[in-house]
Amino acid sequence: MTESGTGASRNRLAVAGARATTEAMLGKQPRRDVIRNAVFAGLLLLAVTIALAGLLALLIQAFVRGSSALSLDLITNPPSTAFPEKAGYRPAIIGSLELIAGVMLFVVPVGVGAAIYLEEYADGTRWWNRLIEVNIQNLAAVPSIIYGILGLAFIVRGPLDLGFILAAGSLTLALLVLPMVIIASREALRAVPDSIRQGSLALGATQWQTIRRQVLPASIPGIATGVILAVSRAIGETAPLLLVGATVFVTFDPTPFGDDGYSAMPVQIFNYALRPQDEFQTLAFAGVIVMLVVLLAMNSFAIWLRNRYEQRW
Amino acid sequence: MSPTETIAAPKPAGEPPRRLQASSKRYGERAIKWSLAACALLSVLTTTAIVVSLLGPTIGFFEIVPAKEFFFEIDWTPQFEPPSFGVLSIVAGTLNVTLWGMLFAIPVGLGSAVYLSEYASPRVRKTIKPALEILVGIPTVAIGIFAVTFILPHVIVPLWPGDFLGGADGKPFLALAAALGIGLMVVPIIASLSDDAMRAVPRGLHEGAYALGATKARVATRVVFPAALSGIVASIVLAISRAMGETMIVVIAAGSTPKFTLNPVESIQAMTSYIATTATGDISTGSLDYKSVFAVGALLFVMTLIMNVISIRLVRRYREVYE
Amino acid sequence: MKSSKWLAVLGAAAFLVLGVAACGSSSDDSTGSSSSGGGEDLSGSIRIDGSSTVAPLTEAVAEQFMAENSGVRVTVGTSGTGGGFEKFCAGETDISDASRAIEPEEVEACKKDGVGYEEVHVATDALTVMINNENPVSCLTVEQLGDVWGADSKLSNWSEIPGVEEEFDEELALFGPGTDSGTFDYFTESINGEEGVSRKDYNNVGEDDNATVKGVEGSPGGMGYAGFSFYTENEGSLKALEVDNGKGCVPPSVETAQDGSYAPLSRPLFMYPSEQALAKPEVKAFITYYLENVNSVAEGLGFVPLTDEQLEESTAAAEKAGA
Repeated sequence: MTESGTGASRNRLAVAGARATTEAMLGKQPRRDVIRNAVFAGLLLLAVTIALAGLLALLIQAFVRGSSALSLDLITNPPSTAFPEKAGYRPAIIGSLELIAGVMLFVVPVGVGAAIYLEEYADGTRWWNRLIEVNIQNLAAVPSIIYGILGLAFIVRGPLDLGFILAAGSLTLALLVLPMVIIASREALRAVPDSIRQGSLALGATQWQTIRRQVLPASIPGIATGVILAVSRAIGETAPLLLVGATVFVTFDPTPFGDDGYSAMPVQIFNYALRPQDEFQTLAFAGVIVMLVVLLAMNSFAIWLRNRYEQRW
Repeated sequence: MSPTETIAAPKPAGEPPRRLQASSKRYGERAIKWSLAACALLSVLTTTAIVVSLLGPTIGFFEIVPAKEFFFEIDWTPQFEPPSFGVLSIVAGTLNVTLWGMLFAIPVGLGSAVYLSEYASPRVRKTIKPALEILVGIPTVAIGIFAVTFILPHVIVPLWPGDFLGGADGKPFLALAAALGIGLMVVPIIASLSDDAMRAVPRGLHEGAYALGATKARVATRVVFPAALSGIVASIVLAISRAMGETMIVVIAAGSTPKFTLNPVESIQAMTSYIATTATGDISTGSLDYKSVFAVGALLFVMTLIMNVISIRLVRRYREVYE
Repeated sequence: MKSSKWLAVLGAAAFLVLGVAACGSSSDDSTGSSSSGGGEDLSGSIRIDGSSTVAPLTEAVAEQFMAENSGVRVTVGTSGTGGGFEKFCAGETDISDASRAIEPEEVEACKKDGVGYEEVHVATDALTVMINNENPVSCLTVEQLGDVWGADSKLSNWSEIPGVEEEFDEELALFGPGTDSGTFDYFTESINGEEGVSRKDYNNVGEDDNATVKGVEGSPGGMGYAGFSFYTENEGSLKALEVDNGKGCVPPSVETAQDGSYAPLSRPLFMYPSEQALAKPEVKAFITYYLENVNSVAEGLGFVPLTDEQLEESTAAAEKAGA
C-alpha cells in the first residue's frame, strides 16, 4: 500500500505536470465546478462533524451526569438498595472480568486454531471447507440476542446443562465473538507473504513447524488486535447475558462455577437505569463512565500494539 | 503447498532417488491438523445448535398458532386476554428503527469515508479514524441511555416541527431516538469499511483522473466511489444487519408498544426488544408466550441470514477486477 | 525479540487471571473477618426469586442481614411473580417474592413436587394512578377507570369519560407497564375484573416504570399507573388520582393502604418461604430478621409498612411454617 518516498513524489510530480498541461490546453476550471467542489467538501466535513459530535455528546453527558458518583467506593462497594449513596459496582466488575477471562481462554485457542486450519491446511475447493467459511461469515452477522437464546437452550439447559452460572455466560459470549476472532486471525495470517512459508518448507521444515515458527509469530500483532476488539465487544454485551441469568442483585463476588448467581457491568448499569430514585440514575451514568474508561484503554492498547509490532514485508 | 515427493535431479549413478518427504510418517502433524480442523468445525456446530434450539419450540408454536395469523396479521398482543399473534407489528417496529437509522447513518458514514480517504491529511486521518472506531466499542446500554436521556429531549424534541406526524413532545419513548442511537453506532462500520474499500482502489485511477484536470469532488464521486462500490455496499448491508439485530438501544429508547407503523415519532416494539423483555420476564417455560419468543427469534435469524447472503452475492457481482 | 513478545503476552494474561483470582479470594477473606455482630456461625446460601416489585424490599433487608451474617449469601432474582413461582415449585429457589397471591395452578404444581410453603405478608403497595399536574380532575370511580382502561374502550379524551364533572378537553395519553408485570396483572384484575384484560392501545413502558412518570409529566392529558414508590419519588411533578370504590374518594397513602380504605388498588406483597428451606437455620434466621426489620426499610423505599396486627399475623404464619 505505501510507496517508497521517491516513487510517491515522482508520481506527484507527474500528476501535477499532466494536470498543468491539461489546464493550459483546456482552460481553468469553470467557477461552477469550483463552487460545487467547495460545497461538496463542506458537506463531507459536516458528515464527519456530526459523527464526532455525537460521540462527544455521549461522552460528555455520561461524564456530567455520572461524575458525582465517581469514587473508589464505586469500584469496591457492592450494590445497595437500602443505601444508594453507598452502592457500587464491585460484583459486576469482578463478574465482567471473570467473564472476559473465560472468553479469552476459549476464543484464543479455538479461534486461532480454526483460522490456521482454514488458511494453512484447508483445501478451498472442497465443499466442506467452503461450508465452514460460509458458516463463519453468517455467524458473524447473527444478532447477539440469538446467541442468548442459544445459550439458554443449549448451555444453561439442554445438553450442557451448566445452569445459570458465570461459566455459561462466558461460553455464550465466547461463541458470540468467535467468528470475529477467526476472521481477524485469518486476515493476519493472510498478510504473511507466501515466500516465507515456501522458504521454510524448502529448508525442510514440516508444515506445522513452518506455521509455529514463522507464520504465527509474524501474525501475532494482527491476531492480538482482533482478540482485543472481540473482547471489547464481549464486555459491552448485555442482551445475551440477560437470557443466561446474570442476576442483578449480587453483593458478593461471583465465581465461575458458583451457582449463587453472578452479575456483569452492562447488566448492572441497565438495572440501575430502570429505578426511580435519582441516585440510581447517577450511578448508571457513573457505570457508563467506568466502562468507557476501560474500553478506551483497551482500544488504545490495541492501536499501540498494531502500530508498534506491525510488520511490513 | 504440499512438498513433492522426489526430485528428478541428476544423481550419481547407483543411488536411489532422494525423497523430500520425512522418513517417518508424521503422526504428530496429522494430529495437529485434525485438532485444528475440529476448531473450525465448531462453527458449523454452533450454527446447527442455533437452528436446533430455535426449531423445536417454533414448531410447537406453529402447531397452536396458524401461520397465516403469524405472518399476515397486525395485532401482536401475546399476553393480553385473548392473545393475538400477528408478527407484522414487531417486524414493522424493527424496520421502522432500521430505516430511520440507516437514513442517518448512510450519508454520515459515507461522507466521513470519502472525507477520510480523499480529503483528509494523514495526520487528521490518524486521529479521526480511531476516534470513530470508539463508537463501535461503546456498550449498547450506554448508547441506549444516551438516546433516551439526551437525543430524545435535547435533539429530537427541539428540532421536530410541531405536531408533524403526531409530534414528538411528551413521549418518553420514540422510535426515532432509538433509530438515531443505532445510526450513530453503525456510522463507524460504514465509514471504516468504505474507507478501506476506497483506499484499495489503485492509485493509478486517482492520478489519471487528477492529471486530466478533474476536481477532487469528481474524482471521489465518479472514479473512486464506483470502483469501491462492492466494498461500500457490503459495509452498508453489514450495518443494516447490525441495526436489525440491535437489542438494548431499542429496549431502552423505543418502548414496548407494538404498533404497525413506520412513523418515527411513535413508540414501538421491535422483534429484538420483544425477545429480550419477554424471555427475562414473567413467563413459564413451555407456555405459548415462551414459544413465541423462539418463533420471533427464528424469524429474526432467517431475516439476518438473508441479508448476509444478499451481501455476499452483491460483493461478488460488483467486484471489479483490476489486475 | 519474538520470544520476549510471547513472554510479554503470557505474562499479561497470567497477571490478569491472577489478579482477578487474588481480588476474589482476598475480598472473601476480608468480608469474612469484618463481620461485627453475631451470626458468625450461620453460613449457606439463600436463593430468592420472583416479583420485581418486591425485589427492592427484599434486597434492602438482605443487605443488612448479610452485613450481620457474613457467612450467608442471599441472591435476589427478578423473573417476575409467575416465573418465580415456577422455579419455587420446582424446588430451585428457597423463597418466592410475589406481588399477588399464589394461584391455583401454581398451588397444584407445588403440591405435585412436594413443595410446602407458607404465605407471609411482608408489606403493602398502594398502586397509584398518576395524572398530570394541570389536570383538574381529582377523583375517579372504579367504573370510570374501567371505562378508560377496559378492553373495548375507545375513549380518547378526558371530556369523554362518563360522569366527569370537571371541564378538561385534553387527549387521553395512557401509560402503563407491560404484560409481564405483576402491576399490570393486579391493575387489570382489580379494575377490569380479569387479569390480562385491558385496552391495547396504551403506551406500554415494559419494565421501565420511570417512563410512565415521564410520560404523564410530559402530557397534559396523561394518565398512568405504577407502584407507589414511583409516585413518592416524583411527588411534586404529578398528581395522584383518588379512587372511589363506592365509599367515597380515597387518595393513596400509607394510612389508607394500611387500613384498607384505598381499595381496590392497595395490594399485599408476599414472601413464600418453602418448608424445605425453613429447615435450614440460615433461612429461619433470615425470615425472622426480615419480619423484624422490614417495616424500617419499607417506607423509605416507597412501600406501605405492615400494621402491628398484620405483622403479628405474618410472624405467626412464619412460625407455623417452621421459622
